[in-house]
Amino acid sequence: MGQLAIIFARVLQAIPTLIGIIIVTFLLTRALPGDPAAYFAGAAATPESIAEIRANLGLDQPLPVQFLKYVQDLGTGNLGQSVSTGQPVATELLRRLPASLELTLTALLLSVAVAIPLGVLAAVRQDTWIDQLCRFVVTAGVSLPTFFTGLLLVYVFYFLLGVAPAPLGRLDLMHVTPPQITGFLVFDSLIAREWGTAWSAAKQLLLPSITLALFTLAPIARMTRASMLQALSSEYLRTARAAGLSRGRVLMVYAFRNALLPVVTTLGMVFSFTLGANVLVEKVFAWPGIGSFAIEALVVSDYAAVQGFVLSMAVLFVVLNLFIDTLYTLIDPRVQVDG
Amino acid sequence: MLPFLKTNAWAQSASTVVVLIGNTINSLDIHRPGTNRPSYQVAVNVYDRLVTFGTKKLPDGSLSYDYDKVEPELAESWQLSSDRKAILFKIKANATFWDGTPVTAEDVKWSFDRALALGGFPKVQMGAGGFVDPSQFVVVDSKNFRIDLKQPSKLALPNLGVPVAVIINSKVAKANATEKDPWAAEYLHRTPAGSGAFKVERWDAGQQLVYVRNDKWVGGPLPAVQRVIIREVPATATRRAMVERGDAHLSFQIPNKDAQELAAAKKVKVTGSPIDNCLYVACLNYNFEPFKDQKVRQAVAYAIPYEQIFKQAAYGRGVPMWGGKSSKPATAAWPQKFPYDTDLKKAKALLAQTKYKDGFEVPLSYDLGEADWGEPAALLIQESLGKIGIKVTLDKVPGANWRTVALVEKKLPFLLENFGGWLNTADYYFYWAYIKGNLFNASNYDDPAVKKLVDETLHMDKSDKTYDAKIKQLIQKAFDDVPRIPLWQPTLESAMSPKLEGYEFWFHRQVDARSFKV
Repeated sequence: MGQLAIIFARVLQAIPTLIGIIIVTFLLTRALPGDPAAYFAGAAATPESIAEIRANLGLDQPLPVQFLKYVQDLGTGNLGQSVSTGQPVATELLRRLPASLELTLTALLLSVAVAIPLGVLAAVRQDTWIDQLCRFVVTAGVSLPTFFTGLLLVYVFYFLLGVAPAPLGRLDLMHVTPPQITGFLVFDSLIAREWGTAWSAAKQLLLPSITLALFTLAPIARMTRASMLQALSSEYLRTARAAGLSRGRVLMVYAFRNALLPVVTTLGMVFSFTLGANVLVEKVFAWPGIGSFAIEALVVSDYAAVQGFVLSMAVLFVVLNLFIDTLYTLIDPRVQVDG
Repeated sequence: MLPFLKTNAWAQSASTVVVLIGNTINSLDIHRPGTNRPSYQVAVNVYDRLVTFGTKKLPDGSLSYDYDKVEPELAESWQLSSDRKAILFKIKANATFWDGTPVTAEDVKWSFDRALALGGFPKVQMGAGGFVDPSQFVVVDSKNFRIDLKQPSKLALPNLGVPVAVIINSKVAKANATEKDPWAAEYLHRTPAGSGAFKVERWDAGQQLVYVRNDKWVGGPLPAVQRVIIREVPATATRRAMVERGDAHLSFQIPNKDAQELAAAKKVKVTGSPIDNCLYVACLNYNFEPFKDQKVRQAVAYAIPYEQIFKQAAYGRGVPMWGGKSSKPATAAWPQKFPYDTDLKKAKALLAQTKYKDGFEVPLSYDLGEADWGEPAALLIQESLGKIGIKVTLDKVPGANWRTVALVEKKLPFLLENFGGWLNTADYYFYWAYIKGNLFNASNYDDPAVKKLVDETLHMDKSDKTYDAKIKQLIQKAFDDVPRIPLWQPTLESAMSPKLEGYEFWFHRQVDARSFKV
């Protein structure tokens, strides 16, 4: 089967999953405690004004009717209106998802750049100082909560040293957002040839992505070290060494390539949980990401926003899994992606 | 200590003020259903009302609005009819909207009609002034506007100075209305159309709002600053770092703990303004059997560790509301100290006179959204009541749920509550918090004498000879029955750069940027 056909088949497979997710999130949001109508009617509302809001939100209808309306809207690409932020959910996601992606991807890039060499070296030179360093970094990375590292970095680099920009979200006050093309501010401002803006956006990105990288580094480095150790003690490697292949070739081609598979799996997992779970980093750096949007929507029972968030994450995961599976076939030709 | 300290150009410029807030602004239209409290500042800065309030200096030197001084904003003058049942407003001749068209009585009527028509909170707030029916809003001619009242009320005029009573450019709004949306709620949600001191230059929802001065403003003295940038920064630690570094002029509404520390460090100015007509209280619900007994309620009031709560939950920032010298109110001032203090002996003695002398068990509930003060206060109350044999368990209620269980269903036996009224009169507070069925009476308190007194005083003029005596009677009832035990009167705390002048406290507890100077 050709690659395209495989991808198509996988997308088809995802449809039942998505339908399930749509039903479950719809029911779960309705099962949340709290009454959004009462909440949004404000402090001094009367029963009548709460009823008005309820009718406005369409929450006075029976559940099946509400669900039907929701599915109809979905069919036309309308994710509804978020009551808590006052914006259409689709707009909100389109603006916030790139912000989260930009942050998460930069952080992952940083952590991969550090974690993989560190893990490989730690495995190759087991029990030397570099292995100890790896152990230290991993332990520190998992045990320091992100808001703590975030605040610490802000305190040292912004408050004390004054070298980092104010933690004010994606851009400082001097620059204006470039027209949205990719949604990644650094790229968008480069496309718009706004060099100053690009530089500012990159600077704003630095501290939060380092914070996040410190956290995501741990599982990647650990996984690299473990799978590298396994590969190094394997029989095919002994054979390769016995055959007199150069050390570099043995390590990089035979050991590393085989060790990469579990690392990529870990990478996929780390990516998916950081994307939705970096709420604390978003809060510390005033980053307008998707995590804080979801949490706030959840707190005030903003149904449309919660549903939209879960749905978009589900779609993202389907795409991500597909991407990782395809990556497997490139790393290890024996792996088959079943259609 | 700050080796590389550098100040930013925009924080130095005399024409721009940078303000940090912790919440998100979700709409530019205060009438729209679902508009949250932080968005009210848009109504304050961008729109005008017919009237506004004067300014007074508080004992600590900070500025506050003056409830007793109603001043013109869009209205040039007004006249009360002889039977006090109609107010005639004359609109300033030179008042124009941003698009240059004059402000007319039609605009005023359309805006007030809209506040009633869209329902929800604006309608309730309009009702507080006695405005319930669009026919009460009368266009006399293009510059004269009249409000007819169903009964004379002292609340009517001040209620035209609250954020919801904004005047909208009805021509622009109507041009953008649709059949499904006759009040242009979708349009005004994103695009304000007013006459106020500032226009919205840009709004990046969830990130920032930028005001730019309207140089043709006639509602008051022209703002000294040209541009105000409101940035949303959720983490209080980040906001604190930025204001200490001088990268922001004002961090609006900071936690009491930060206020205490920043005030001690003296690097930035900290202003704590007592919030008028607002009390943090512990409510005792009459639905809960033991609390039906007045002696039990008083025993609880004597067992609350006020001083400790004030230190550990309020960080010493607020106005004490306990330890009043006399069991009778000396004045009609509100709020005032209640005649209770921590006295466990007295509490035990009172409890011993009831059938609950061996104690009882009760859950104490608080709103998780208010946990910063609710949690320490609840823990201290739990410990102290334990000493007189009342076993308190703690019950944390999530924010979205709080209103329904605490205020609508009123089924929590014992809870921490924080009602504050925009209109600053004692009768207004009693109306909301001591009348059966009204929202903030979470105690289910019901007393015919109180009801009668509130009915009589709610609309009565303060200059009436019997007014003070009646308010004293109300306060006396609150002292004796204690369905609500005041812990302290809260303050609105803000930290600002020493350069920022003109910060003023308003009852609506939002940023009013019109008076800022740098």
